[in-house]
Amino acid sequence: MSKQLITILGKSVKKIAKLRGGGSALPGLVVEHLDPNFIKHTLASLPLGVVVISGTNGKTTTTKMVVELLQSQGLKVFTNRTGSNFTRGIAAALLGDIDIKGHLDADIAVLELDEAHAVHFVDKIPPRFSLILNVMRDQLDRFGEIDYTTNLLRHIANATTETVVLNREDARIAGIAKSLDNQKVCFFGLDDKLLATFPSDDNLHKKTPKVHATIKADVILSEFKNKSATFTINDKKITTNLKLTGIYNVFNAAAALTLVKAILKHNLDNSSLIKKLATITPAFGRGEVITLNNQPIELVLVKNPSGFRLGLKSFSPSNYATMIAINDNYADGRDMSWLWDVDFNSLKEQGVAQISGIRAYDMALRLQYDEVSIKHIEPNLKKALKQFISFAPDKPKRIYCTYTAMLALRRNLSKITNVETIK
Amino acid sequence: MKNKKIRILHLYPNDMNIYGDHGNVMTLQRRLEWYGYEPEVISYNQGDPFPDNIDIVVGGGGQDSGQNKIKTDLLLIGPQLQKLADKETPMLVICGLYQLFGKFFKTANGEIIKGIGLFDIETYAKSERLIGNIIINSEQFGDIIGYENHSGQTFLGHKASALGHVQLGAGNNAEAINEGARYKNAIGSYLHGSLLPKNPAIADFLIEKAIIKRYGEFSGNVIDDRFVGLARKAAIKRPR
Repeated sequence: MSKQLITILGKSVKKIAKLRGGGSALPGLVVEHLDPNFIKHTLASLPLGVVVISGTNGKTTTTKMVVELLQSQGLKVFTNRTGSNFTRGIAAALLGDIDIKGHLDADIAVLELDEAHAVHFVDKIPPRFSLILNVMRDQLDRFGEIDYTTNLLRHIANATTETVVLNREDARIAGIAKSLDNQKVCFFGLDDKLLATFPSDDNLHKKTPKVHATIKADVILSEFKNKSATFTINDKKITTNLKLTGIYNVFNAAAALTLVKAILKHNLDNSSLIKKLATITPAFGRGEVITLNNQPIELVLVKNPSGFRLGLKSFSPSNYATMIAINDNYADGRDMSWLWDVDFNSLKEQGVAQISGIRAYDMALRLQYDEVSIKHIEPNLKKALKQFISFAPDKPKRIYCTYTAMLALRRNLSKITNVETIK
Repeated sequence: MKNKKIRILHLYPNDMNIYGDHGNVMTLQRRLEWYGYEPEVISYNQGDPFPDNIDIVVGGGGQDSGQNKIKTDLLLIGPQLQKLADKETPMLVICGLYQLFGKFFKTANGEIIKGIGLFDIETYAKSERLIGNIIINSEQFGDIIGYENHSGQTFLGHKASALGHVQLGAGNNAEAINEGARYKNAIGSYLHGSLLPKNPAIADFLIEKAIIKRYGEFSGNVIDDRFVGLARKAAIKRPR
């Protein structure tokens, strides 16, 4: 079948899928079926090549940062913005951006890829740059073990043709550098005094703090307090206010800066880059703020114990009403064990206003064992959201939610207030 | 009842700690407190002196790398654990430590990792990973609800009895109708979830055995188990 015909077919399916509401990956699936090389052919034409971003936590917000930083430097960037980070999600995103002849008007592609899918993707399309953020216990029911997931990420790094950016503070990720002979390796890092605020899986049950080797990092997050962050870039300190919330998002900003510097090399003005960074907001559901009745509602996506622990450490519960929504659909991970690796003591003083989701009572049980009080439990998300909003009408609110719970909550919120639609 | 101490030995928390098995230790600790006793959790990691006067032993699952780190040390303390089990000390070991409490684990490349043989079980690495929600049934504990995630498949010898019969899921191995193993008051199982918070009948079994052994009789306050009842109800309806 001709490329033009496939493009038209795919675009039609995309339109129909949109009319049906949702299904961001379906059109991509159709196109992948018709022409397995569709993505390869289309991306091969890009002058600056392909960038792959992977790791357990923070892919979506980091990708958003890298895209906006590159755009601020005048590049045309293609990305898989919907957060559908599987191959067919990329095909679907391509369908939206190419013209009818199948030509993609972009300088570079920046793609977030799920670890398991990235492995197949890079075998077909070796990226020029890759950024590996971290590896934590996520969806063990899908991948099995962290060491196995680390190997998937190593595979991505090995397939990269030019530069690999690695997290200095994650021992498993930093260790990938040892198996890279043909690539340039850059690191991003954290100042030692911030390190303690980052609980890793390895120190979850250990008292000993982690010691990182004396690897030199290109960009270091040196300080972060309230909204002000200081980065050390090539030994020079730059301080800026940020719209990003949560220290893990800000740490990933160091990752994004390192990657962007590697891509643009010398054609780069650090201060203009930081100025742009200051305007970037988190990706949807990742600390995103939605306003309802003049009160902010923050959505914090939680997918795994380390992410949940970081979220609880990053956001102070005082003066906030807190809700937690836990689903166990395939995209959330079916195993509830992970809730037992999260420490909820920080919520003890304020209590939790609302619990919801398919596994609401698993969450309630977990809080009972940390002796955290709960006001309402309602598994139905729509009803729970209503209850939560009316329970604390004049308070800022924060909802910790798993992936499919987040999508449902956004959908319900969009009916009563302004919620940014995701392309 | 104050100052009535119960000493819980937590095996290898540094290296065998994935899949939320920490919830088992927390459940024993809290329920003992709620009953009015004073729990003391002692972490045992490789090379540590083996503590005295242990009332309950708990251990969890780990990655292959974690198991490799502790396997030699476990053989060293094996006789002490066996002695405790023989004297009817309640124990709970999950997944990785369940396997190593058996006779051996045979890896994919044919290597034999020796276990301490407390359970009459043998485990073989298989390519298929058994993953998903699991419900088993036991006469003593009723429905036991959890989540399994293992590629080692375990076979019971003549001397071992199972923890329960599989209602949903795989269990000890792909063909098995049984799950877990028991020896006196020791229980081995593949169930995460964590197992004890969702199955308080097993938690209370371990607790009561420990208290009766130490203090002659068990009495305690009533615990509010409404949430766990509802959590179990929701979990039973979920697909594999």
